[in-house]
Amino acid sequence: MRKRLFYVPYFLWIVLFVVIPLILIFMQSLTFDNGKSIFSNYQAFFSSGVYLKMTFNSFLFAFLITFFSLIISYPAAYFIANSKYDTFLILLIILPTWINLLLKAYAFIGIFSHDGSINYFLGLLGIAPQQLLFTNFSFIFVATYIEIPFMILPIYNSIKALDKTYIQASEDLGANKIQTFTKVVFPLTMNGVKTGIQTVFIPALSLFMLTRLIGGNRVITLGTAIEEHFLTTMNWSMGSTVGVILVFIMIAIILFTSKTKKNKVGVKNHE
Amino acid sequence: MNKLFSRIYLTILIILLYLPIFYLILFAFNKGNNMGVFQGFTLSHFQELFADKRLISIVINTFLIAILSSLFATIIGLGGALLIDSLKSKKAVNTYLSLNNILMVSPDVIIGSSFLILFTVLGFSLGFMSVLLSHIAFSIPIVVLMIIPRLKEMNRTMIDAAQDLGATNFQVFSKVTLPYLMPSILSGFFMAFTYSLDDFAVTFFVTGNGFETLSVEVYSRARQGVSLEINALSALIFIFSLIMIVIYYLLSVRSKKMIKNGKGRVV
Repeated sequence: MRKRLFYVPYFLWIVLFVVIPLILIFMQSLTFDNGKSIFSNYQAFFSSGVYLKMTFNSFLFAFLITFFSLIISYPAAYFIANSKYDTFLILLIILPTWINLLLKAYAFIGIFSHDGSINYFLGLLGIAPQQLLFTNFSFIFVATYIEIPFMILPIYNSIKALDKTYIQASEDLGANKIQTFTKVVFPLTMNGVKTGIQTVFIPALSLFMLTRLIGGNRVITLGTAIEEHFLTTMNWSMGSTVGVILVFIMIAIILFTSKTKKNKVGVKNHE
Repeated sequence: MNKLFSRIYLTILIILLYLPIFYLILFAFNKGNNMGVFQGFTLSHFQELFADKRLISIVINTFLIAILSSLFATIIGLGGALLIDSLKSKKAVNTYLSLNNILMVSPDVIIGSSFLILFTVLGFSLGFMSVLLSHIAFSIPIVVLMIIPRLKEMNRTMIDAAQDLGATNFQVFSKVTLPYLMPSILSGFFMAFTYSLDDFAVTFFVTGNGFETLSVEVYSRARQGVSLEINALSALIFIFSLIMIVIYYLLSVRSKKMIKNGKGRVV
């Protein structure tokens, strides 16, 4: 009986902080006004060029950030997994994730700013100071920098989990290194890549702190739109609408990148 | 050849990963007042920092929130792990786990804005309590996830043995289950603690005007541009993070959880 009592706070937490907030944000996004459609916020969202353009830009930024971190991370994860010192190297890679995100963003303000280090070196070369901070480039660069460890980790885990006999089999059957990689290693580590994409893409869509500090007010993502609606323009109902749309996009990404249980090697062998 | 390439690649990557952090710390000792060129060594920014009473009270607030929230989250999360463990049907377990993980996969803006609506609907004033409750709320799921695997590995005959020897339910819990779970409870507490210290976005939404944590303060100062006092603060936070990492590493040497999970994001 006493045991049950111990379960109560957790149950209350689920109701109060998981279920109810989701219901509330959804309710807030609806319109309860006579004469107006209950979904009028959504109609406004999908018929407004501003919102659609912002959603598109947000996707484009998230896509680029995910893409760049993937092409940098895959080789890194591969090299680390094949190294003798892999545990130590992976520890080195994940250590920076324990440093507060804000401080890393702040470091880049110093590096990119008008009187920062890069402009100082450019000055030595006789080049006039460039506007580096508050550009699309700086936002993508810093976001990629921050996301790389989160991309390396799942890929590394999936390469480590790879059964080495597959590689030997492929080599025995006469495949060269490139064929072994494209037909065996890469397909078998797809789950790690998918997890990596998932862990990077969702925050990239919704980050607002980094956008503000590094991208200035030029880069607007779904995350900054929500923050602005809630805390600046106080239009909670439209902010919630963007929030609900973000939740649905997130669910779609999770479903799209969820792990496939079937072993794909069997299929590939028939080629 | 291939080995050489992989070595160069990894070396450059790791240097690039650490460069901004060390750059930040180096300039904490800069005589000048921006992060452009290093003009000589000084400790004046640290002196400024220690004389800044407002900032020190913010640091104290931040730690108070972190300790209280991780304490409550650990107790509630332990209850949750035991609850999920006691369920017989697989479907119920999966339902609870999905509900548990919602706050882990939700973007911070969603958590922050929905909590803001929640507190407003409940008529709760924004400040210390709303921040504390939010931090407890978003730390609970990670505690549950840290404890469940250990519960699964537990040898149930130990409980049977204790009961056969006449232990009451409470004695079984306090003398057998709790000591066995202790390493995972400590890891959970630790993760909750770092979650709380690191959080910016959720706090930013639910903090209102009067109350600030370190992250919110650094954000509002960084928006105004570079001030080397922040660098000095970063240097201290960096050293503190290193200490935390060592503690966590010692806690998890056996389970190697850190390698598997990295910092926090479990998707």
